[in-house]
Amino acid sequence: MVVWTDFERATIQDIFSKIDYGVVGQAAISRCLIVYPWTQRYFGSFGNLYNAAAITSNPKVAAHGKVVMEGLEKAVKNLENIKATFAELSTLHSEKLQVDPDNFKLLGDCLTIVVAAQLGKNFTPEVHAAFQKFLAVVVSSLRRQYY
Amino acid sequence: MYKSPQTLSRSGQLQTKEAITMTSLSAKDKTTVKAFWAKVAGREEDIGCEAISRMLTVYPQTKTYFSHWKDLSPGSAPVRKHGGVVMAAGTDAVSKMDELVGGLLSLSELHAFTLRVDPANFKVLAHNVLVVLSTMFPNDFTPEVHVAMDKFLAAVARALSEKYR
Repeated sequence: MVVWTDFERATIQDIFSKIDYGVVGQAAISRCLIVYPWTQRYFGSFGNLYNAAAITSNPKVAAHGKVVMEGLEKAVKNLENIKATFAELSTLHSEKLQVDPDNFKLLGDCLTIVVAAQLGKNFTPEVHAAFQKFLAVVVSSLRRQYY
Repeated sequence: MYKSPQTLSRSGQLQTKEAITMTSLSAKDKTTVKAFWAKVAGREEDIGCEAISRMLTVYPQTKTYFSHWKDLSPGSAPVRKHGGVVMAAGTDAVSKMDELVGGLLSLSELHAFTLRVDPANFKVLAHNVLVVLSTMFPNDFTPEVHVAMDKFLAAVARALSEKYR
């Protein structure tokens, strides 16, 4: 069972209240597709992903970024039970999308870097630790239904 | 990127670890890293201090390597000093980018035989360096710079792992 300190709970909610889902989602997914190009294998229907400029300006990438952030918001609103909240999403990623779960960490790292750029000095080591703990729980919940 | 050192090339011939290390960074990667490193010149100690502070806070298991320090809190004197040491080595690695394995040989021996740092931690520190660069240079740390830096730090990690076994 995940135990959140008051600081962690407040920090995670604060971060998500401050960031623009469209901007951060688009930036995180683009970064993931650029820095870890093999992740492009899951987005064959997105059209032009041939170079960084194409990825950054791709409207389907941007739209999907927002979808991912809205999914994460569900976890923020259900911090006490992320596992149950994401059970269906986990099955979706495993059975329908067939995403290698190692990729969750890659996207998580890119999201951390994007949020870090947004918050700058306010992304202190303690805030950073809380955010990565949140992402670790999300990733673990998304991996749960894989077999 | 993090697979075993020997892989088969397209013609089926075994490639040496050195060949892979040297061919992994493209000319564009090297130029990008050098240009970005020049931009952050003068702030090396701040970057190193922040990166180590974050590593110790976000990945507490890394504290086990620094039990001899009096103060492991973020920004403490030993953390800042060591941050400077690590980043100076980074600057040195940038200058030796074309021959990282040879250039970092003695550092590899140090990490392998004396410090005995589990090489998995190189990735951990590299991630924290990238996060720090993102907070300090949000406009310059573009996705293109990010991938070049990630590749460079991975190449440094491989060179540091050279003498382990």
